[in-house]
Amino acid sequence: MKKHRSKSKSSANALPKCPTGIQGLDEITAGGLPRGRPTLVCGGAGCGKTLLAAEFLVRGAVQFDEPGVLMAFEETEKELTANVASLGFDLANLVRRKKIVVDYVHIEGAEVRESGDYDLEGLFVRLGHAIDSIGAKRVVLDTLEVLFASLPNEAILRSELRRLFRWLKDKGVTAVITAERGRESFTRHGLEEYVSDCVILLDHRVNDQIATRHLRVVKYRGALHGTNEFPFLIGEEGISVLPITSLSLNHTVSNERIATGIARLDAMLGGRGFFRGSSILLTGTPGTGKTIVSANFAQAAARRGERVLFFSFEESPAQIIRNMHSIGLRLEPLVRQGLLRFHSARPSLYGLEMHLATMFKEIATFKPHVVIIDPITSLMGSGTDSEGKGMVTRLIDFLKASQVTSLFTSLTQGGHALQQSEAAMSSLMDSWILLQDFEGNGERNRVLYVLKARGMAHSNQIREFLISDRGIDVVDAYIGASGVLTGSARVAQSSLEKAAVLAGQQEADRLKREVERKRAAIDRQISGLRSDYESESAELRRIADQVGTSTRMLTTERAASGILRQADAKVAAGPRSKPRNGNHHS
Amino acid sequence: MKSKTTKPRVVARKRPPAAPVWQLRLYVTDSTAKSQLALANLKLFCENHLKARYRITVIDLVKHPHLARGDQILAIPTVVRRLPRPVRTIIGTLSDTARVLVGLDLRPAA
Repeated sequence: MKKHRSKSKSSANALPKCPTGIQGLDEITAGGLPRGRPTLVCGGAGCGKTLLAAEFLVRGAVQFDEPGVLMAFEETEKELTANVASLGFDLANLVRRKKIVVDYVHIEGAEVRESGDYDLEGLFVRLGHAIDSIGAKRVVLDTLEVLFASLPNEAILRSELRRLFRWLKDKGVTAVITAERGRESFTRHGLEEYVSDCVILLDHRVNDQIATRHLRVVKYRGALHGTNEFPFLIGEEGISVLPITSLSLNHTVSNERIATGIARLDAMLGGRGFFRGSSILLTGTPGTGKTIVSANFAQAAARRGERVLFFSFEESPAQIIRNMHSIGLRLEPLVRQGLLRFHSARPSLYGLEMHLATMFKEIATFKPHVVIIDPITSLMGSGTDSEGKGMVTRLIDFLKASQVTSLFTSLTQGGHALQQSEAAMSSLMDSWILLQDFEGNGERNRVLYVLKARGMAHSNQIREFLISDRGIDVVDAYIGASGVLTGSARVAQSSLEKAAVLAGQQEADRLKREVERKRAAIDRQISGLRSDYESESAELRRIADQVGTSTRMLTTERAASGILRQADAKVAAGPRSKPRNGNHHS
Repeated sequence: MKSKTTKPRVVARKRPPAAPVWQLRLYVTDSTAKSQLALANLKLFCENHLKARYRITVIDLVKHPHLARGDQILAIPTVVRRLPRPVRTIIGTLSDTARVLVGLDLRPAA
């Protein structure tokens, strides 16, 4: 009957899937394990095979109403219950509610003797009985390979295993079979030969003394699946696989802008700060003020009433609060108000996976608007480069998907390798602000510039970045022929400039006064000349008048003398006497 | 596993008063050829080596599947010696008498 049901479920083209409910695994496998078929989960010791299988079963029973049978060859029911309890699964309760049957199969190789032919019908009977007793849809066999140690006749065992997988398919149950990783093959005893529908490989690697688990879907017959290796975590809520590729680039974006807490920086970012939900990278060499900029951003956000989650991998919360207090940032009240939460952990405390898990968990519970990770580089140091990048990608994806603005600080070791080493990470970031040291004149000065800011007009200028007990101040750096000048050099340069300006001004004033003086002199000259001229012309007029008067007087005198002399020339009186000066008429 | 509460088929019961009685369980499924052979071999063996101090209980797992868990039965046929202690298990059709003797501690392993 079950067989019939599973057949009817399978549509013509799509392979029916059985969701595992395991975070991330269903995304990689595009829906889950192949329904009604066995899946092989193989891996070395301690990589989480049993937990994965158990979670598949428990989630099936709890979330998908698919009861399951766990046939355990290695651990007793009691041990299993205790083991999965650490993941928050109450196996005993599920067993009581007849959602799960646990059958511990144990054969002590030394106690068993073989004599003659046999088969494993007893296993089939037990499994069949368990399946039928609760109507199980899922079966886990953990770990079948134990049988190879218990039953010496491998030929019988192999033929029986082949029959078992056939039988499981006919039963229509979705089965997970765990197996120990072999040296050259996927499994030590070549179980992949029988289970060919889906093979998942688990791996536990140690890098620089820190272990990270990985999961890879090696094979998934008839379905697309992510072939990459994905880190996975065993956290308090079970396994979570963290796929990079499953989260596609389709976040909703916000046009809202949020202030950075530094007015001048806002101005540099098109006047309004970062986009909400964007990811910001803040790189700098040691002591350039990354944490301070972050804390400013945190304070600004918290003061707007947003929740801020501050992951610190270098300093304890108390230390950050104290240090920020020295520059006038008062974070403590914000912490008390529950707007700002710190989470501090040493990067080497545990592997990358655990860090990610705890961070995801913190983010999920606190639901912050802004997340600050200070610094991301020390976290990346706990894995390999690619792991670190993968982790940051997942983190960014996760934050973006939930519209959380994220600020990552990144510690760079000096000068020129800076941009190179950050190149991988920077491509994931929307904004990149660089803090840098300038050394000269026996001092170090901080500068800040916006290397990139997607989607906004931003300043291309280097600004000097001053930290005082009143906080951060961003001022224009002096940029001249000799390069960028900061600190006392900038001050010296600007006073030099001031002096030059002053000198220029003074010179101009002097010139002006000179001109004034000249003009005044000219004016004076002009007025002197004018008075000369006036006095002369007055003289002239006086003389002319004198001449006229004397002439008239002369004429009058002549006329009078003429009269006296009885002259005939009445007519010759006055000017008419002129013709006498020449003989024009003749 | 209290098998006496079920309906085991008692095949032979010959108990002289003094000697320790062997309690043997034979797990089979249906009346397959292997099961039949195992039962025949077991009876023969007991008659030869444990005359009158054995008891065989045949358990058909098809009828009583829940009984498989108690004695950790995987292989069919399986003989379990419940008494005398310790418990001994032999799987197979019991065709190799020498191995059965060793398996049931009737003869030390060569």
